[in-house]
Amino acid sequence: MRKMNISKCLVGIAVLLAAPLLVSAQQVETHIGKVTGHADTGRQLYFRYCWGCHGFHGTGTGENWIPTGGFPDTPNLNIQPRNFVAATFKCRSTPTGTLPTDQDLYNSLVRGLTMSNMPSWITLTNQNRADLVAFIKTFSDRWKTDKPGPELSVPAEPALTVQSIQHGKELFTKLECWKCHGPEGRGDGPSASTLTDSNDEPIRPYNFAAGSRFKCGTTNHDLYKIFMTGLDGTPMPSFADVIKPEDAWDLVHYLRTLQVYHKSPELALWEGTKEGAEIVKAQKVRGTPTGSGVNQ
Amino acid sequence: MRKKHRNLLLAVVVVITSSMITSARPSGGTISGKITYEGTPAKQKPIDMSKEPTCAKQYTEPPTTETVVTGPNNALDNVVVYISAGAPDEAAPSKAAVFTQKGCRYMPHVLAFQVNQELNVLNDDQTSHNIHPLAKINREWNKSQPPGAPPIVDKYDKAEMIPVKCNIHPWMHGTFAVLKNSHYAISSGDGGFTLPNLPPGKYTVTAFHESYGDQSQEVTITGSETKTVSFTFKAKPY
Repeated sequence: MRKMNISKCLVGIAVLLAAPLLVSAQQVETHIGKVTGHADTGRQLYFRYCWGCHGFHGTGTGENWIPTGGFPDTPNLNIQPRNFVAATFKCRSTPTGTLPTDQDLYNSLVRGLTMSNMPSWITLTNQNRADLVAFIKTFSDRWKTDKPGPELSVPAEPALTVQSIQHGKELFTKLECWKCHGPEGRGDGPSASTLTDSNDEPIRPYNFAAGSRFKCGTTNHDLYKIFMTGLDGTPMPSFADVIKPEDAWDLVHYLRTLQVYHKSPELALWEGTKEGAEIVKAQKVRGTPTGSGVNQ
Repeated sequence: MRKKHRNLLLAVVVVITSSMITSARPSGGTISGKITYEGTPAKQKPIDMSKEPTCAKQYTEPPTTETVVTGPNNALDNVVVYISAGAPDEAAPSKAAVFTQKGCRYMPHVLAFQVNQELNVLNDDQTSHNIHPLAKINREWNKSQPPGAPPIVDKYDKAEMIPVKCNIHPWMHGTFAVLKNSHYAISSGDGGFTLPNLPPGKYTVTAFHESYGDQSQEVTITGSETKTVSFTFKAKPY
């Protein structure tokens, strides 16, 4: 009889200890299309797939992450896994300084973040990802006090014209995108070497000439959102207050032509003009960073 | 150099007069004093603005960094002195706090304002800036402001000392001091500060410096006396 009481007591204590964790996790739900995500299921997935990098407490300091200088072989550019407690996210469809939508977080899981260690989680099911998003939202109280910002409205993309690309090129100069991204979009502008993220870690501006994927997507629509909302936690600011929607599409069209090794309708049209062909040819520098093997 | 002091003096006059207006109590106690440093502060280096000619040409001699600004007799400037406990939270004044980017520097270097007070960020330069206040308690945002763009209007709903930077011009650093009440001052010129119009009570006075952190002291005010409180920060050469 006494033995049973003790074991009952132990179970009771265990339930009491675990209760706050379970309750706080269960309250959060996400809605991705028709899928409803639950934080309690997401919790199990998190401690299987995510915590190695994002850490036990979601602070982005899991055992796979070694701080810069923490180990002799640590690369200089060591992007820290997202800190879910700070709740600052790069890829959003909401204004700078606001929380992302559930769909934004879900999309980041599907896509992964290029040029970082965050892979694409296409191997999981839609339900798994929705559950994970719900659990990620339990790490910060901001999800209780704040709402995601209003979603950026992206107008329909106008027809692609040479004038649009030329105007985008003017905007690239006028808005001083080149200060960081470089005059040819190679991520080598005058301020590039000094950039740090909000954790004071060095960070590199996007090099348009390398690869076809952007940090937050691959489509023109994604590119539009990237510079309008900014990438919070990085030096990339929001241009939503300073670029008109019609101008923004012109900039998108021009930025596509900076991807000189990625076939796109924009690049094809640009290379079809005399001006564009010369510019693209000049941008297609081959060789190594030290200059050896450069065709001159 | 003289111009900078005038600007700082102006800022302090504005701060003091605005706090007089908002509290609107004819009598009350005053806390005043001086902020000093001991040791050797970091030598302020001339800023190389050669990558930004439109800013560089505004100076005959390159301006220096402002992480530690000192005056004669070990005076320490740009210290925010405020009542951190003992005074009730106050509603924000209607006047906006103005933060100007001029000559690729922040005017003022340290801007103090109240919770929910309107903040206006202006760009007087012929170059784009991005305003990136690195808030931790409040939400962190980062906005581009090209020349001629309208002011960025914002407010913060929690008290916090927020470092501000421009990523395009890495030498641009400043501080937003978001405070809960109007009893604050920023030391300038001789390191002096005055917190007037304090009703009788027990207060915690805190002094915050962007490089040296903060210090607090307890002060009790009875009647309309003036209490002298001084803070000494330990300066580090690097």
